[in-house]
Amino acid sequence: MDLDLPESTLAFRAEVRDWLAEHVVTLPSFDTAEGFALHREWEAELADARLSVVSWPEEFGGRDASLVDWLVFEEEYYAAGAPGRVNQNGLFMLAPTLFSHGTPEQQARILPKMARSEEVWAQAWSEPEAGSDIAALRSTATRTSDGWLLSGQKTWSSRAAFADKAFGLFRSDPAEVRHRGLTYFMIDLRADGVQVRPIAQLDGEPGFAELFFDEVFVPDEDVIGEPGAGWRVAMTTANNERGLSLRSPGRFLATAERLVRLWSETRDPALADRVADAWIGARAYQLYTFGTATRLVEGAALGPESSVNKLFWSQLDVSMHETALELLGPAAEVAGDWPDGWLFSLAGPIYGGTDQIQRNIVAERLLGLPRGDR
Amino acid sequence: MRFALSAEQNDFSAALDDYLSTADCDAAARAWADDDLGPGMKLWHGLSALGLLDLLDSGGSLVDLVVAFERLGYHAVPGPWVETAAVLPALAIGSGGRLASVVLPPHVPYGLDADVSDLRLLLVDDGVHEFEPGERLKSVDRARRLFRPEPGARIGDGVPLAFEHGALATAAQLLGAGEWLLATSVAYAKQRKQYGREIGSYQAIKHLLADTVTALELARPLLYAAALTASARDVSAAKVAAGQAASLAARTGLQVHGAIGYTAEHGLGLRLTKVRALVGVWGTPAFHRGRVLA
Repeated sequence: MDLDLPESTLAFRAEVRDWLAEHVVTLPSFDTAEGFALHREWEAELADARLSVVSWPEEFGGRDASLVDWLVFEEEYYAAGAPGRVNQNGLFMLAPTLFSHGTPEQQARILPKMARSEEVWAQAWSEPEAGSDIAALRSTATRTSDGWLLSGQKTWSSRAAFADKAFGLFRSDPAEVRHRGLTYFMIDLRADGVQVRPIAQLDGEPGFAELFFDEVFVPDEDVIGEPGAGWRVAMTTANNERGLSLRSPGRFLATAERLVRLWSETRDPALADRVADAWIGARAYQLYTFGTATRLVEGAALGPESSVNKLFWSQLDVSMHETALELLGPAAEVAGDWPDGWLFSLAGPIYGGTDQIQRNIVAERLLGLPRGDR
Repeated sequence: MRFALSAEQNDFSAALDDYLSTADCDAAARAWADDDLGPGMKLWHGLSALGLLDLLDSGGSLVDLVVAFERLGYHAVPGPWVETAAVLPALAIGSGGRLASVVLPPHVPYGLDADVSDLRLLLVDDGVHEFEPGERLKSVDRARRLFRPEPGARIGDGVPLAFEHGALATAAQLLGAGEWLLATSVAYAKQRKQYGREIGSYQAIKHLLADTVTALELARPLLYAAALTASARDVSAAKVAAGQAASLAARTGLQVHGAIGYTAEHGLGLRLTKVRALVGVWGTPAFHRGRVLA
């Protein structure tokens, strides 16, 4: 057992740190039209330095970086205060799905544009009657020549107000129930029959949208995996969303370090314990992820432990931000990094399957407790 | 970077489990609490034969030590193990198979099993002193036999690592006790029926147990990292997190077991009270949080 990083990783860390120190900019929220455009430019700049998708194969714009190198990249990225990733749904949810289930043609067509954020992706999972309960989806896909016609409604679709494309599940076999008969589609949000209605989030910006589909044609080439097997395909994505990739430890470590610095300005003894626990939690999550990385490198797959991750980071993120707001006192209500981060953190225990769903998954699949009424 | 136990360490852990599972440690702990030290000393010699007493002196690492103390905590093995197997090596004193009692005020104010220990060391003012057992005190964990120290002659110099070793081994015991509490509670929740079905099928129970396993799983890597770096910040983080996770496991375990868990007849109480005692010694949570922010 060791925590020693290889020389090549240390060199990579230094390169990333130097590049970020020269290039990092502060951008407006990507949930505004102006911010979205500026984030695309930032992503293109990252891609020019081959730093937008370091863990991907070189042919798609990456560097074939190891899992550990990617974790180190993330630590440096967030420690430098670099902008949030506007294409995170694509990079951390769709891309892993394409690597696992996509055809070579799909990978070659989609991934390079995603790496530069020439195409920004929205996720289209939830429906008005199906939030965490994805198996209750009602939107339909009907077979037609050379493809499918999608109809129905998706909601709370992150980034969809300004995104180019979306991915999600539709019911392709009305005779099947629940998890069966779902198919995984990639959809052009500019296609005929798609209507996008932006929904303002708590900060007033259109971070969400409702998507209405009226017989939207999607060609066969935009189906991922076998028709009807969408649930299994989606689970790859879900484990990535809950687990390693979307919430790498880098951002929590950076937040914890900022919190410790904020506390150091006053050294308020009443909040010392909470600040210490925040740092301990972020360090624990970093080390836990090193353990996961070791297992993945040795051939294991991400399973229900993703739900352990999600339970942990979602609560850590909320509590770190709540502690920061208490330290700021009455000034905490004035818009800025900490209140903005707090609003963002509140979504963590909801999306990707609520924390209550995660607890059920942990209890049933990790601990083997019997299923029961919900 | 390979952040996982080696095959040898996993085998060592399994070998300790094999031995301790058949040794009736709960009975030994109860006898120890009643001053019948025979069964506990049998365990002492058995574990000594497995290499536990001179683990660090015979080339073992702090990670090996943590692996061993996790199992001692899991099985609630009684006796001054932290003092003898973890702290003495940091003082460069060999135990020679003897029991050692170590006091380190204010974090360790009382001498564990001082009346039956052959080595009684009081670490104060950067020095190592002898002490004599004074007034006997009753611990919340009845298997922890406590004595006020009566200071004696200075016999050497203290070593800063003594405290880190003690805190680390205590944290490992806490994590192990938490693992037992979780495993036993999960097994009980699968079998105990109320209102016509297993209580483990109720979300309220599931969510308690899910939070407990999450806390334990995230505390473990802190422990291993602290064993690798032995830095004050990492040791303190491990002690705080292991104490919190074990405390959650104790309260959850009691709630899942109901009144049977509140009886002295059930093994749950042995761990629940031990967890409470260990959270307070070798640095309180407040002390260790202070070191994290230092």
